[in-house]
Amino acid sequence: MKIKTLTELLDAEIICGAEHLERDVQSACGSDMMSDVLAYVKNQAVLLTGLVNSQVIRTAEMMDMICIVFVRSKRPTSEMIEIANECGMVMLCTEKRMYDACGILYSNGLGGTKV
Amino acid sequence: MSDFIDFHFDVDGENFVSAGQASVQIKKNLRELGLPPEIIRRISIAMYEGEINMVIHANGGVADVLVNEDKIEIVLEDKGPGIADIDLAMQEGFSTATDRVRALGFGAGMGLPNMKRYTDEMKIESTVGVGTKITMCVYLNK
Ligand SMILES: Nc1ncnc2c1ncn2[C@@H]1O[C@H](COP(=O)(O)OP(=O)(O)OP(=O)(O)O)[C@@H](O)[C@H]1O
Ligand SMILES: [Mg+2]
Repeated sequence: MKIKTLTELLDAEIICGAEHLERDVQSACGSDMMSDVLAYVKNQAVLLTGLVNSQVIRTAEMMDMICIVFVRSKRPTSEMIEIANECGMVMLCTEKRMYDACGILYSNGLGGTKV
Repeated sequence: MSDFIDFHFDVDGENFVSAGQASVQIKKNLRELGLPPEIIRRISIAMYEGEINMVIHANGGVADVLVNEDKIEIVLEDKGPGIADIDLAMQEGFSTATDRVRALGFGAGMGLPNMKRYTDEMKIESTVGVGTKITMCVYLNK
């Protein structure tokens, strides 16, 4: 799925990284615990989260993720946008809640982890 | 070969926002050296977990990444409170993190086990009231 499609499905606002919307993503994960993302995520390219701080971006970067979706209308700070721009991370913002956002993406073919 | 590179970082313990900067930089450096992506990812995750630990548990410290021909060594040293029971700290789910730290998305007690999982060797030396030194090693030709 292209990030562009994901953006449309979630009716999301593009906060930064608009130049990367054509990039393809194969799977996603949703979590507010960065500890869990670091411990359990395998090859997911998209992180959906309700947590807003700079470590969300650093965690995603360490995991080689390329897109962060903030749910429940949470907005990153300008400092975070700067960090994201530096590492080429796409950041999106959606009104949808975590469960709904994950469900929409999943039912449109964006999987999670294959156990 | 005596040919090796030492990347050195001071990790600021006061600043949660800047935490992880050393790991970001290391990831860049290792990319420039042309190491395989999977190796880079393992090293950056292990280093990031260690760096975050130094910030949230030990008020900062120093980090060194030594790039050798056949291995990469990560050395993290702090003058924090130390770890009283290392076996316990290594258990998944054990954490002394405060609610404040948890609200920031950390404190699941997964960091140290994760560091062990992503590296080939890991050694913890710690003295209560003195500090902690963690040495991790990833081999390049495995
Ligand atoms: N550098 C350190 N100095 C002092 N204590 C430490 C240090 N690193 C880890 N610890 C202790 O070991 C415990 C376990 O560490 P670990 O990284 O596994 O979990 P955590 O940091 O609490 O949570 P998580 O890593 O999942 O966010 C910590 O809660 C803390 O008590
Ligand atoms: Mg930790």
